[in-house]
Amino acid sequence: MTSEAGTTPDGIPRRRVASPRTPWPIAVPAGLAVAFLLVPLAGMLIRAPWGQLSRILAETQAVEALRLSLICATCATVISLILGVPLAWVLARSRARGTRYLRALVTLPLVLPPVVGGVALLLAYGRVGIVGSHLDRWFGLTLPFTTVAVVIAETFVAMPFLIVSVEGALRSGDRGLEEAAATLGSRAFATFRRVTLPQVLPSIAAGSVLCWARALGEFGATITFAGNLPGVTQTMPGAVYRAFETDPPAAVALSLVLLTVSVTVLVLLRDRWLRPGADV
Amino acid sequence: MARCRLPLVALAAAWLALPLAACGSSPTSDAGGSPSASRSSSAPGSLRGEILVFAAASLTDAFTTLGKQFQEEHPGTTVTFNFAASSALATQITQGAPADVFASASTTTMDQVVAAKAADRATTFVRNQLQIAVPPANPARIARLADLAEPGVKVVLCQPEVPCGATAVKVFANAGLTVAPVSLEADVKSTLAKVTLGEADAALVYVTDVLAAQGAVTGIEIPAEVNASTSYPIAALSASRNPELAAAFVDHVLSTRGAAVLTAAGFAAP
Repeated sequence: MTSEAGTTPDGIPRRRVASPRTPWPIAVPAGLAVAFLLVPLAGMLIRAPWGQLSRILAETQAVEALRLSLICATCATVISLILGVPLAWVLARSRARGTRYLRALVTLPLVLPPVVGGVALLLAYGRVGIVGSHLDRWFGLTLPFTTVAVVIAETFVAMPFLIVSVEGALRSGDRGLEEAAATLGSRAFATFRRVTLPQVLPSIAAGSVLCWARALGEFGATITFAGNLPGVTQTMPGAVYRAFETDPPAAVALSLVLLTVSVTVLVLLRDRWLRPGADV
Repeated sequence: MARCRLPLVALAAAWLALPLAACGSSPTSDAGGSPSASRSSSAPGSLRGEILVFAAASLTDAFTTLGKQFQEEHPGTTVTFNFAASSALATQITQGAPADVFASASTTTMDQVVAAKAADRATTFVRNQLQIAVPPANPARIARLADLAEPGVKVVLCQPEVPCGATAVKVFANAGLTVAPVSLEADVKSTLAKVTLGEADAALVYVTDVLAAQGAVTGIEIPAEVNASTSYPIAALSASRNPELAAAFVDHVLSTRGAAVLTAAGFAAP
């Protein structure tokens, strides 16, 4: 594809600068990458049981699972915002030794297989877990098999996405404004709230979307820690997995619902916030 | 494709991937290094090569032993297993998974595979019954099946789509009990794990799973008049690339030596 925007600027000698022909060692793998990413989605659209879609969605507790998914992902995102943005600030601003290690540790769930996260959550907050056993003994609270456990599992895997994107913005942001505010007598927290926060708002928005999308798709940690019960802990990915075992067309129908949600999110964002470096 | 040119920068990763990606005819390599590649169809009488056996999760321990036995009896053969919920395996097989043998925990799931013409005929080789599994400390003081219907008791079951879940539904129907589980797990081993970890107060799993847990859970008998059993059929699959070896493995499971392993694991004769 060649773009029409390749007119030479400012009388520079005629040389194609703006859009050179893509060399084939780049074009071929790039084309394969596009096919690789899009063919499965096309397959789903082609094989979708369009005729029975409404019947399947009515029968398979899809509405219930979708409702639960949306609620839990939103709760997980709100918790991530409340806890994650301050942590991002600490990671970006702290000069204490060991901050690097702290950052590596708290963003570990980014690379950790979710099912391992689920096992870890179970060992910590499960009924016989190191924290969970006290919750059970003192308050009679047990987390596994509850909707709260779904939110915890989703927050665990999704919060690092928000932390990473907000921390990046805080580091690359303009420190001069903060220093100016400080010299004008603004207290540290007021500076954070009125200067720093508005500056990194686009990154917070982008991070929230990534966090929400990750939470919406969470499966491994959820099924391990929270279990799988329609209406209580069975989110959309769990419903898809369950349906696939016995009724593949239903699994395709449920997947289409999630695909629609994802596409809607992308369209609403119009890739404004999702490009790295596109913020501020 | 004219020729394969090496990438400009010979990264270690690219070097590793070269045999797969650079000169391959297909852009999608089958993940996991393709164990099927070395498979060869052998002349009758001399068993060689590899087979992939899809087996119900409840067969994990017994079939692992049977696989080792078989490989010792037939040097040069490799038996690889994929253990999961029978219903999941049946779906995978009908969707074209490269399996050679299917051992299911219910006739219903095997019937799906036969109906899809993925297997000709199946032979029932064992039966299995359910038992109540509780943590050794038995925090909810479960003593009989009716205790599972008490409010506040955290009961975990297999989801009704998988054989152990379908059998549990029958047991509760026979006993006239309504039980509200806290979770419906994907297969019997994850159901058992919730009890092993102490998260659930009780679960309905197979007798063989309680035995295989080796004391990590305590089994409580379900009265014979309400208990339900499930039959385990086995079949060599039509799409097998090594039909002789697949048939030989099925024969081994059906042999007296095979039956001894299965009986020791707690399975009942068909």
